[in-house]
Amino acid sequence: MAGPGGGSSDVQWCFSQVKGAMDDDVAEADIISTVEFNHTGELLATGDKGGRVVIFQQEPESKNQPQCKGEYNVYSTFQSHEPEFDYLKSLEIEEKINKIRWLPQKNAAQFLLSTNDKTIKLWKISERDKRPEGYNLKEEDGRYRDPNSVTTLRVPVLRPMDLMVEASPRRVFANAHTYHINSISVNSDHETYLSADDLRINLWHLEITDRSFNIVDIKPANMEELTEVITAAEFHPDQCNTFVYSSSKGTIRLCDMRASALCDQHAKMFEEPEDPNNRSFFSEIISSISDVKFSHSGRYMMTRDYLSVKIWDLNMETRPVETYQVHEYLRSKLCSLYENDCIFDKFECCWNGNDSVVMTGSYNNFFRMFDRDYRQDVTFEASRENSKPRSVLKPRKISTGGKRKKDEISVDSLDFNKKILHTAWHPLDNIIAVATTNNLYIFQDKLN
Amino acid sequence: MECAVDAQSLISMSLMKIHSSRTQRGGIKLHKNLLVSYVLRNARQLYIKEKYAEIYRMQQYEEVMAVCSGIQELDPLEPLEQQGAEDAEPEQPGRAALCGEESRAAGGREPEPPEPAYYRSCCMEDQFSQNCNKTTVLDLDTHVVTTVENGFLHQDCCCAAAAAAAPQCAPGAAARKRKVDSAGCSPDLEEPADYTAGRKRLKREECSGADCSPDASNISNLISIFGSGFSGLLSRQAELEQVCSKQALASLGAWTRAIVAF
Repeated sequence: MAGPGGGSSDVQWCFSQVKGAMDDDVAEADIISTVEFNHTGELLATGDKGGRVVIFQQEPESKNQPQCKGEYNVYSTFQSHEPEFDYLKSLEIEEKINKIRWLPQKNAAQFLLSTNDKTIKLWKISERDKRPEGYNLKEEDGRYRDPNSVTTLRVPVLRPMDLMVEASPRRVFANAHTYHINSISVNSDHETYLSADDLRINLWHLEITDRSFNIVDIKPANMEELTEVITAAEFHPDQCNTFVYSSSKGTIRLCDMRASALCDQHAKMFEEPEDPNNRSFFSEIISSISDVKFSHSGRYMMTRDYLSVKIWDLNMETRPVETYQVHEYLRSKLCSLYENDCIFDKFECCWNGNDSVVMTGSYNNFFRMFDRDYRQDVTFEASRENSKPRSVLKPRKISTGGKRKKDEISVDSLDFNKKILHTAWHPLDNIIAVATTNNLYIFQDKLN
Repeated sequence: MECAVDAQSLISMSLMKIHSSRTQRGGIKLHKNLLVSYVLRNARQLYIKEKYAEIYRMQQYEEVMAVCSGIQELDPLEPLEQQGAEDAEPEQPGRAALCGEESRAAGGREPEPPEPAYYRSCCMEDQFSQNCNKTTVLDLDTHVVTTVENGFLHQDCCCAAAAAAAPQCAPGAAARKRKVDSAGCSPDLEEPADYTAGRKRLKREECSGADCSPDASNISNLISIFGSGFSGLLSRQAELEQVCSKQALASLGAWTRAIVAF
């Protein structure tokens, strides 16, 4: 059955791989908290609640199976952040990785930024496949030789060894955020990046760790007057002076760093007036934006709030150009979702390589794709049951009315503990990575 | 799956969330607590509106009964004081619901500033004594916390009316409040804030004791105390309360005038 993707409706999504433990008992540390492809799509990084980063590398396409894109296998695993304690405030700082962002590759090594609530780290991931042999003062096993026993000198030579991938922290950007960091974004100048917390956005230089510039500050003089917080921020993909940040009130502000040092005055503000018919106790919660992403072209941006995905044209501030309902059937369940805290879930969203399809997650391990060109949408499920290699994903349907058709799932049987918050799309190909609670699913387009 | 979407349960749910967020790992999440406070504000608005409507209905009924009994008992040859006294009785609840401006206009008797006097007159009424409790009340305008003996139902009415009445009947106080808001950390704000924080802590300890399911009186107390926070939200709330209470007050005023005239 056809589904949206890649500008044509001929994409057939197939299961490719699943990573992670198979137990139903999920260890909290294994909960995936972020997923990100690098700029070529060769590497796929995940961060988890335990502060670890796992990087998968795509195998080169094999000559035997040219139809199948390479599989992703573990490339490197390292502990990025540890739990810390702020003694001054008597607060524990979680080691959970909130975001990972790759730097564009400049040399043989790969670099990524990973952040928890308070500290951003620049990691260098490099390969080592040779090692020196033939030291004069050391034995092969590392023991030092007795200097008196050295009678000849030799030059050590490099010999091939098994590939070793090393991750080392090159920079630590700490102590710049009072509130919890929710976003990082690398600038198109490849020299600077921004980090955003609830009330402030800071600009950093990748080489400088002891200083950062505050470029947005929405903290009111009296905290009792606080009405909104920053929820996400991103640099424009091409214009190094432009960035956007979204707020808990459902607004997006576009700022130009050329205008002033402190970008409290926005250049543009994107806001859609609230529909008064939909007013409820929870209106403020469901209008809070959980993610904002520029399209690859830089012409559009996408925002995700609790029930919908909106595409905005940067040239039009008054309303989005497209709105897609992710799970409108939840609107009547908001009270229960408030009670079990699901209404606070922060879903992310992503564009495909040519900006024709957008994707976001939902509950019951469902994820949704919206084809902008063909005006189609589809719902898939990431589950072990549909996990036969190269099996085509079957679209799922949720029955909202009284009568439930065969194969439809009723809203009341949705599992709200199984949520897909993080998804990523390969920058060039139709390969997607979808994170359930503690598993990472990789789906590919079945090439004909 | 559906839960009761009534204001009271939402209020208690929200307060529980705020309370439990204090012990969450990683510190208090500002964003989540801000969103919870919006729900709390929305639920509180509805709760107060409902309570106000209920009190209005009860007062209408009481006034009708009082007028009827007054008509029956009134002897045209009775001295004016008695008439005045009897008028005062039904007038009291009317004044209680009115803002201080009207009471000031009525006789200029201002032994105390409008809000505390108005609380006390309200509380001394025995009409609602069946619902009486010892309770703590925060004056949203002057940020003064008082403990009163009677009537928890009144207190919400008082709080709401005070918040609504503040802009109209106590322009000085309103201006002061607004000034405080714009200036930021003013000294008189810090003190009650500490005090209310202390009371908040006290309330929390009481609540987290044996039984952590707040009953109705605790809810109204916590609302009063919580009212001191997030005044940025409150100013908008006060506008809304103004709108709804103006209508209620206008009709109440008509009743009182009718009684006085008679």
